[in-house]
Amino acid sequence: MVTKVIAIAILVFTALTQEALADAARGKLLYESRCVGCHSVDHNRIGPMHRGVVGRKAGSVKGYDYSPALKASKIVWNVTLLQKWLANPEALIPGQDMGYAVDEPRDRLDLAEYLATLK
Amino acid sequence: MKSIVIGEALSRRNFLATTATLSAGTVALLAGNSALAQGMAGNAAADVGILNVALGLEHEAINAYQLGAASGLLQKPVLDIAVGFQSHHKAHRDALIATIQKLGGKPVEEKKLDDYAKALNASALKSQSDVLDLAARLELGATNAYLGVIPSFKDTALAKVAARLAADETMHWTVLTNALGRPLPAAALTFGA
Repeated sequence: MVTKVIAIAILVFTALTQEALADAARGKLLYESRCVGCHSVDHNRIGPMHRGVVGRKAGSVKGYDYSPALKASKIVWNVTLLQKWLANPEALIPGQDMGYAVDEPRDRLDLAEYLATLK
Repeated sequence: MKSIVIGEALSRRNFLATTATLSAGTVALLAGNSALAQGMAGNAAADVGILNVALGLEHEAINAYQLGAASGLLQKPVLDIAVGFQSHHKAHRDALIATIQKLGGKPVEEKKLDDYAKALNASALKSQSDVLDLAARLELGATNAYLGVIPSFKDTALAKVAARLAADETMHWTVLTNALGRPLPAAALTFGA
């Protein structure tokens, strides 16, 4: 029982620490450096537009030609899922088209937090 | 502006030689790889997906330079460089299409110029600096995109092709940054990070 409580406390502490460390401003800089080759906030380009991505069903931006895998996905994007996507898109949604991944967890968190500000 | 002239002096001939080598090298590479030539199974399909994203980038770059060239905002030496860079992107496009087809894939099609104009917010371009800034942002984005997908290729020869494409985009970005009067990165290892 004590072990379980400690484990839960560690998980909660880790989550809170990660949230505290999240830096959307840094995420914006990362976005400008790494994402704008294919994405824009308000326009579909090589990749779909990002405004409103958090809370949106995957593969649902109007006018963007998604892979069948994205179209069929039931995922609704949130900050946690965006981090998983950025870590390894193919692992999250096999058959998708994005060959780009973000190696560092801190970068993924900040990017996801920035994307969450695009409402 | 001097830097543009210097860049031009680096020679369109050399650029074209480079891209011609890329096209021939890529096709020869694939022609000599029977595993890849056998179709779209498994790894090849994944690589085609990445190559098609790259092709989308090249279509966009070609049209971005077209929008810049047709804007009337570029002075003659800058216009010549823009057209030269556009020719590199056309060579990239042709190499990618040949590679995708060799792998048994279907190359993604180019959109209409108006679609690119809307997506790139071309109506906001009011000066030569605006055009150069857009081009520089796209070239940097393409550089980082190519560097970022290198680890995803199942075939390392295709990863090398992506690295060569990234090198061309970096060259473009460097010349454009110089033309804009902006400093080059002070630190090392800024690309792809």
